Amino acid sequence: MNRSLILALGLLATPVMAQDKPVLTVYAPDYFASEWGPGPAIETAFEAICECDLEYKTGDLLPRLMLEGDKTDADVGIGFTTDETRRARETGLFAPHEQDVTGLTLPVEWDDDVFLPFNWGHTAFVYDTDYVSDPPASFDALVDAPEDAYRIAIQDPRTSISGLALILWVKSIYGDEAGDVWEELAPKILTVTKGWSEAYGLFSEGEADMVLSFTTSPAYHIIAEGDETVKAAIFPEGHYFMVEQVAKLAGTDVPELADQFMGFVLSETFQSLIPEANWSMPAKLPADRLPEGFQQLEMPEKVLFYDEETAFELRDAAIDEWVAALRR
Amino acid sequence: MLTLDNVRLSYDDWHLSVDMEIPAGARVAILGPSGAGKSTLLAAIAGFLPLTTGRILWQGQRIDTTPPAARPVATIFQDNNLFPHLTAAQNAGLGLRPNGRLSGPEGDRVKAALARVGLDGMGDRKPGALSGGQQSRVALARAILQDRPILALDEPFSALGPALKDEMIDLVKDLATEREQTVLMITHDPGDAVRLGGSGAIVADGTVSVPVEAETLLSDPPPELRAYLGER
Amino acid sequence: MSNTYRSFGLAAAFAVAALVGGTLLSAVSVSGGLSALAPGDWAAIRFTLWQAALSALISVALAIPVARALARRQFPGQRLLITLLGAPFILPTIVAILGLLMVFGRSGWLNALGGGLHLPEFSIYGAHGVILAHVFFNLPLATRLLLQGWQSIPEERLRLAQSLGIRGWTLFRLIEAPMLRAVCPGAALAIFLICISSFAIALTLGGGPRATTIELAIYQAVRFDFDLGRAGLLAMMQLAITVTATLLALRIAIPDSMGAGMDRRITSSSRDGILPDTLAIAAASLFLLAPLAALAVRGLPHVMELPPAVWSSAMRSLMVASASTLFCVLLSLAIALAAAGGGRRGVLAETLGMSALAASPLVMGIGLFVLIRPVQRPDLAALPVTALVNGIMAVPFALRALIPAVARVERDYGRLAASLGLTGWSRLRLLILPRIRRPLGFAAGLAAALSMGDLGVIALFADGESATLPLQVYRLMSSYRMDQASAGALLLLLLSLGLFWICDRGGRKDVDA
Repeated sequence: MNRSLILALGLLATPVMAQDKPVLTVYAPDYFASEWGPGPAIETAFEAICECDLEYKTGDLLPRLMLEGDKTDADVGIGFTTDETRRARETGLFAPHEQDVTGLTLPVEWDDDVFLPFNWGHTAFVYDTDYVSDPPASFDALVDAPEDAYRIAIQDPRTSISGLALILWVKSIYGDEAGDVWEELAPKILTVTKGWSEAYGLFSEGEADMVLSFTTSPAYHIIAEGDETVKAAIFPEGHYFMVEQVAKLAGTDVPELADQFMGFVLSETFQSLIPEANWSMPAKLPADRLPEGFQQLEMPEKVLFYDEETAFELRDAAIDEWVAALRR
Repeated sequence: MLTLDNVRLSYDDWHLSVDMEIPAGARVAILGPSGAGKSTLLAAIAGFLPLTTGRILWQGQRIDTTPPAARPVATIFQDNNLFPHLTAAQNAGLGLRPNGRLSGPEGDRVKAALARVGLDGMGDRKPGALSGGQQSRVALARAILQDRPILALDEPFSALGPALKDEMIDLVKDLATEREQTVLMITHDPGDAVRLGGSGAIVADGTVSVPVEAETLLSDPPPELRAYLGER
Repeated sequence: MSNTYRSFGLAAAFAVAALVGGTLLSAVSVSGGLSALAPGDWAAIRFTLWQAALSALISVALAIPVARALARRQFPGQRLLITLLGAPFILPTIVAILGLLMVFGRSGWLNALGGGLHLPEFSIYGAHGVILAHVFFNLPLATRLLLQGWQSIPEERLRLAQSLGIRGWTLFRLIEAPMLRAVCPGAALAIFLICISSFAIALTLGGGPRATTIELAIYQAVRFDFDLGRAGLLAMMQLAITVTATLLALRIAIPDSMGAGMDRRITSSSRDGILPDTLAIAAASLFLLAPLAALAVRGLPHVMELPPAVWSSAMRSLMVASASTLFCVLLSLAIALAAAGGGRRGVLAETLGMSALAASPLVMGIGLFVLIRPVQRPDLAALPVTALVNGIMAVPFALRALIPAVARVERDYGRLAASLGLTGWSRLRLLILPRIRRPLGFAAGLAAALSMGDLGVIALFADGESATLPLQVYRLMSSYRMDQASAGALLLLLLSLGLFWICDRGGRKDVDA
């Protein structure tokens, strides 16, 4: 019914296009391409070497690609998380990346030939030393702490990737006892939010003592605010590994450009933009090239990670366990 | 001649049957107990209520199927006679042009009509700034401009004091005489019927009596009217 | 009521329903059919209904004394206060949650005060928190709708009551209760339906999975499982609940028979009940304004640090809001004209119009995306589509204000208009529009403010260059910039309020001259 209206309105919004450079269309999550994400700097740097026009299209990355199927305009998709790659792989929309993955600075082995990692971090509980004087020294200590020891804001595993990572984190430490652990943790959980931003907002405003975030979160406060009181609690049991990836669409109409971009992802130019724009660890950058604020971060010695098949098999039951424990 | 030919009005288990003829130029006061159907009868003639059966004719032409505005009837209601957001002149002007856009000469006609009802120079006032009697006068000015052969009044002056009411009925009478209009006026006061100087019809017990000269009606009331008036 | 109105109104109502239903169907079509509900979904449906019903009842019940007090009293700054009291309703959820927590949260003002008095700590998290938040959001809407009800009671009626010495409870029973009987079901319905699609508030303040709503299940189905079949089925359940509730409320609501007045203003000279009135106004102001004040205190120091991208997105949001408002007002006016005529077609028009409340923004966004993509690049259509969807999403609220107003005009002046032959455009211009200016201005203000604050479908379509202000605030939060986000939220609050004030004011200007 409204088709012609939408069309008419749409035409009004069409900017005048005058360009003959080839266009590389990159689908990305909203945060990535925003003014405060890494997208704009990466665009500038790539356009300086590619004789092309890099265009971001933002939104829900995988749902959008799945909606569009093989008719998609995307040449490259950037920002896939580990919980998405299995489903993404099943679509058959992606081509092998054909990049050399030796020399990656990841804490895990990487041999995926489709999804190329570009930044990573771990889940961690972040706190402010001004408010929390005795942070838990281990996950066990957190579980065993008295009910009123900490008020923690976490994200819902049903709506948030970091929330899901937390579920897998607990599962990977406690296995079959995860349900009991959640019951121990439940009274200390202040609330559950839809996404990371809301939970971090609660923490920033002093509502929550601790927030489920990343080991790299303190770097923002150190570098951007000169505030060294925000810390990640490091647990000897290990921390769950989270990585974001990029992949080339098999149906791209500019395959050379797409390949060039995939190569650019692991370049030092790209990688050195990651820490202070994405506030996470670059996938291939020697530790001494990291900004100072990152070098002083405490990092866990043990890293926990499920491959996508195992994670997929564990996921639903682990979420049910969580729901059951927190529903009480 | 206004003809109500075997008209029947029904609502749930309430009925009113009318079969009567009113000569053109007559002035008929409609009397009767509350709830007998006086207003319903007038609403049917003015076009706000469909007939259950029967026909209404004016000068032999059937009118009961046409919309209110196309009937030869100008109606003045018991209340809500004027739009409060429009001035007296705009309200009256709607009688001439329902779209409210008046030409110069039409504007003069509106002024003349207001002057005729005694509202000279008050055209710019809104109803809220007019007294009850003045509001009735605006409605009458509008009826003048509507220029319909039948004037239907549904107790329009019941809220006015006795002296003011008499004054308004006199005005109606004068206007109707000047324009040879047929007047149908609902009232609960038999005195009004006499003042109007025409005939009176009684609505009671599901039917309407044949109009009888008002003076006669009052001096020798039929049983229905006597019941309504009470013993006195 | 003229048939032209009916046809226009029904067409507009069908357009709304087509957008709601069509987007739903096109989203489902991608998945190739509906799929079964998960076991947890039934619990979600139960919780959704329960919290929505309770939130609606409490909001309306609390609104009665507040609206009554505001209608009866005159004091300096009253209009400004009424506008300000409306602010929570138009706040983006994420901003409102933070504002509420600054007051009612663990380290909020209330607990700071209570701590000083050695009172036990108040925890907002739990079912009561969800309801508190929903009341915070919806009390303003309920108050405004009821206030309009009070303003529709003709002064003549009150004066008559005064002259007869009718006061207090009797006055309430004889004059105010019938009005409430007519207005409350509609107001409760609107709030019930708003709370049906609540998601972030319910989750955050509900404290976790206990407070899982249907909309969260939809979000999960789309984002995590990409199970559009399940999302579609859940969206249909939401739609079914909405339609059922609308029909039920229409049945309960009994049109009041107040009769018309002469447009004189209500001025209560009565000293009766001045204490309860003052208390009601003071309590509502404190409850509704404290979180806004907290947001202002938090955001103000950082307003000057806002980057240019935020200011340009604010301009973009203003333009989108203006377009949405125009769109919403035209659609809802057409629907209200048809609905006010009553009858089966009137009910149909109103029900279809209200269906927009049930639309899951996420499902609607996906459906639109699927529909638009073959015709136009989605990112280029982002702003027009946002304007369109925001306009339609505001239709149900506009209808709640407009339908009773148009019905009243028809009841009071329908016969007079018919006898004068006022039809079509003339009837609209000379009779209806001037008589419904106040609710029309209110409806426009609501549409503008809602559109301003809505994150809605833009997130699915936007590219770097077409972000609206709420999206920009969200982006700031996603990149740790909480100070700037708080300033952006304050800017959003001020702009929304400003738009609302301009429209609402336009409707009230000279209304009684």
